[in-house]
Amino acid sequence: MIQLIWLTVALPLVGFLVNGGLALRRPGAKAAVSLVGPGVVIGAFGVAVAAFLEALRSPLEAAVIVPLWQWLPVGSLQIELAFQVDQLSLVMLLIVTGVGSLIHLFSVGYMKADPGYARYFAYLNLFVAFMLILVLGANFPVLFIGWEGVGLCSYLLIGFWYGEKANADAGKKAFIVNRIGDFGALLAMFLTWQALGTLSFTGIAEKAPQLLQPGGAVVTAISLLLFLGCTGKSAQIPLYTWLPDAMAGPTPVSALIHAATMVTAGVYLVARSNVLFAMAPVSQTVVAGVGALTALFAATIGLRQYDIKKVLAYSTVSQLGYMFLGVGSGAYVAGIFHLATHAFFKALLFLGSGSVIHAMHHAYHATHSHQDAQDMRNMGGLRKQLPWTFALMGIATLAIAGIPPFAGFFSKDEILSFAYGRGEVEPIWKVFWGMGALAALLTAFYMARLMAMTFFGENRTGAREREHLHEAPWIMTGPLLVLGILSVVGGLLNLPTFFPAGRHHLLDGWLEPVIEPSKQFLKLEPPHGATETMLIGLAIATALVGLYFGYRLTLAKPIPTAHDAPPERGIWKLLNRKWYVDELYDEFIVTPLVSLSRIFLWKTVDQGLIDGVGANGSAWLSRKLGWLGSRLQTGEVGIYVILFLLGAAWILHTVVR
Amino acid sequence: MTELVFSVLAGFAVISAIACILQRNPVASAIWLVGTMFALAGIYVLLNAQFIGAIQVLVYAGAVMVLFLFVIMLLNLSNDAGDLRGWPTRLIGAAIVVAIAVPLLTVGRYTPQRLASEVTGAVVSGDPAAALPAGQAALAAVTAKGVVGAVAVPLFQQYLVPFEITSILLLTAAVGAVVLAKRKI
Amino acid sequence: MLLGPSLTLSAILFAIGVFGVLIRRNAIVLFMCIELMLNAVNLTFVALAQYHGLSGQVLVFFVMTVAAAEAAVGLAIILSVFRHRQSVDLKYINLLRG
Repeated sequence: MIQLIWLTVALPLVGFLVNGGLALRRPGAKAAVSLVGPGVVIGAFGVAVAAFLEALRSPLEAAVIVPLWQWLPVGSLQIELAFQVDQLSLVMLLIVTGVGSLIHLFSVGYMKADPGYARYFAYLNLFVAFMLILVLGANFPVLFIGWEGVGLCSYLLIGFWYGEKANADAGKKAFIVNRIGDFGALLAMFLTWQALGTLSFTGIAEKAPQLLQPGGAVVTAISLLLFLGCTGKSAQIPLYTWLPDAMAGPTPVSALIHAATMVTAGVYLVARSNVLFAMAPVSQTVVAGVGALTALFAATIGLRQYDIKKVLAYSTVSQLGYMFLGVGSGAYVAGIFHLATHAFFKALLFLGSGSVIHAMHHAYHATHSHQDAQDMRNMGGLRKQLPWTFALMGIATLAIAGIPPFAGFFSKDEILSFAYGRGEVEPIWKVFWGMGALAALLTAFYMARLMAMTFFGENRTGAREREHLHEAPWIMTGPLLVLGILSVVGGLLNLPTFFPAGRHHLLDGWLEPVIEPSKQFLKLEPPHGATETMLIGLAIATALVGLYFGYRLTLAKPIPTAHDAPPERGIWKLLNRKWYVDELYDEFIVTPLVSLSRIFLWKTVDQGLIDGVGANGSAWLSRKLGWLGSRLQTGEVGIYVILFLLGAAWILHTVVR
Repeated sequence: MTELVFSVLAGFAVISAIACILQRNPVASAIWLVGTMFALAGIYVLLNAQFIGAIQVLVYAGAVMVLFLFVIMLLNLSNDAGDLRGWPTRLIGAAIVVAIAVPLLTVGRYTPQRLASEVTGAVVSGDPAAALPAGQAALAAVTAKGVVGAVAVPLFQQYLVPFEITSILLLTAAVGAVVLAKRKI
Repeated sequence: MLLGPSLTLSAILFAIGVFGVLIRRNAIVLFMCIELMLNAVNLTFVALAQYHGLSGQVLVFFVMTVAAAEAAVGLAIILSVFRHRQSVDLKYINLLRG
């Protein structure tokens, strides 16, 4: 089955073609789409599981490269379209197809009434195909195909309801901001090619230690440029601004793309390039620092958002920061671990919020109200009407806050303890650890606030709407249940040695061969004994404190509905307005760029130079030259005679010596 | 003696030619050209081509120029002031003339000795005429058959075909001229 | 004898003819200047006939004949043009312009 790994890509592509065809020809064929759309992804998941079991039975010594065809044979640059099956890609494969299948099933219920049903599943299938190309790619170019492809699908899906200009704008913003990062990724690829002569991951792992100097300029440049790409794709500072806007898309899209899979591509990329990052301490500090800062920064913004999806969006940005803190410190396994657990509980949170929004929409639709279905101030006490959603989101909240034995605790704790351990050697890492710990506190706080505003207290939706609020159908709550179970048991993947079962170190051992090449440059030891106990205790305490105060402080005063809410003031306004970062970008980057484009590039270069001198100018020149040439044929004998005699004179000169 | 006569005739020819091209009146131009032709006929005689000299007077000056004068008179052309081109053209013309004349004037350095040595490829001393057999033969022919006969032999033997073709050419020209000049075909 | 001077005279007459062709606007006078050039060439032929054989004189004979024919036809053309344009000034004869 490993040799047939391309089936995982082919199946969703077929789904895209079928659903796309149906979208164009028979948009009303919902039953067919409901079968094909989730079906192909479940099929891909099946293939992934089979491949995984095969790898378990006969462990892979080295990565299995499954070549498909020669793509770009250009002289010494030989790029082939090949997939790489190793432990890391199998983990990503399982996450993408597994969580993807659940979200596809959820979407069947969520998008049932939407006229663009077939188009939605076509795009979603295409996304899964591209994401799998990304994680299965054996070399940078193939990865990049997937990278760009998921960016495209992200754009298509964010702007799914493109009738509203705001949605289309959000899609454009996502794509353009991503492109800035991609620029960095491309430069990194060029540098890698120039320095190492190869772009395949196995080749890089082999050649980089030989040809590059550890800590040198080249490897630092390559890794920093790669990270620039990651900040774009994985929404870190400074390129994170697209992700909150991306909430304009359907909620399952937010769950799949902007929580579980696409945004994690950056973390995957760093883990894949572990050799390069291990060789560049400067890059490690940058990655970890940006990750920690983003984690803290985004958490502060999440404290004061009222749109339920926006809170979760900033939470995603924050948790991605944790992952980068992990892989930046050299704890690649911890980063991937958190990637997996985060996929579970964040998808669950988004889908749960989708369930809530679904109910609120239904209620407002029934009463023809125009209030915002996503604003938490319009919710409240929903645990009575949506018990299952409440319970499962509660589990997810505990997971993200870091309460054992739920999944998030283990992964977050592992990252923070590695950071702290490295901080014993390099003090700046203690600062990063501190930022991470503070962010954990804020995470617990805002998640508790979210749960309190949504599910506890008095219901603020309105008397007439209340009777229309009910739980989502089973097709939607089913996937929630599965994700809930995963959020509970996910921690077992990599228990620390503190716990007796932790001796197995499942994920550590599994990913060992992939991380191996980096070990010669960076050996990381997690703290043991008393330090480890202290850290675990601190983590649990932080989580409990955050949860408690989040709950109490939110429900201390009655919450006004969105309609009646007073305007924000002071520090709260700053947080609510996201520290005005979007406004700053607009003022200092976007507006100058737009006026530069308009005034200089358009008017001067395009109209003036290219059109004026180039197109019109060459026409003018031709006309003038033509006029000149026409002067030779005036029909006047005098001119002809002169030319004739000139020729004769020339011949005479040549002949007569 | 011959040189003196030649100089006179040559000077007259040049003056007539210059006058010809600069006269405003076309009739005067034609008359001056006739003068040039007469001078040239004289020079031909000096150069031992008496037959050609006679033909020059008879055909060229006597027929062709008369034809020119007929046409000029027929068209009743006047002394048009704008008949000569302006100064820019005169300057360009002068430049071109110089460009053409300079290589041509280099042929003036040819003496019979030089010609003979160039033709035979060796330096000739003594009588150049002796080195060029064709010239010797020409002189002999003139002495033997007389001036006209000397020309007639190659004309009707070597150059018979061109002679016949030329007669057809003349016929064509005559017919063509009639057709072109008719008012109604 | 008289080879050098004859050739020089021929060159001078030819140059004068060229100048006349360039300078005049009257078609008939232009034609006459062309005849002048032809005469100059005839002189060259005759001068060299003394050394290269009587073929030179025969050629002059032919040149004269052809010149006569050419004069006849050329003047006929000028006559036709005059009938259309009422003038033989070259600036009016430009129907072949591009």
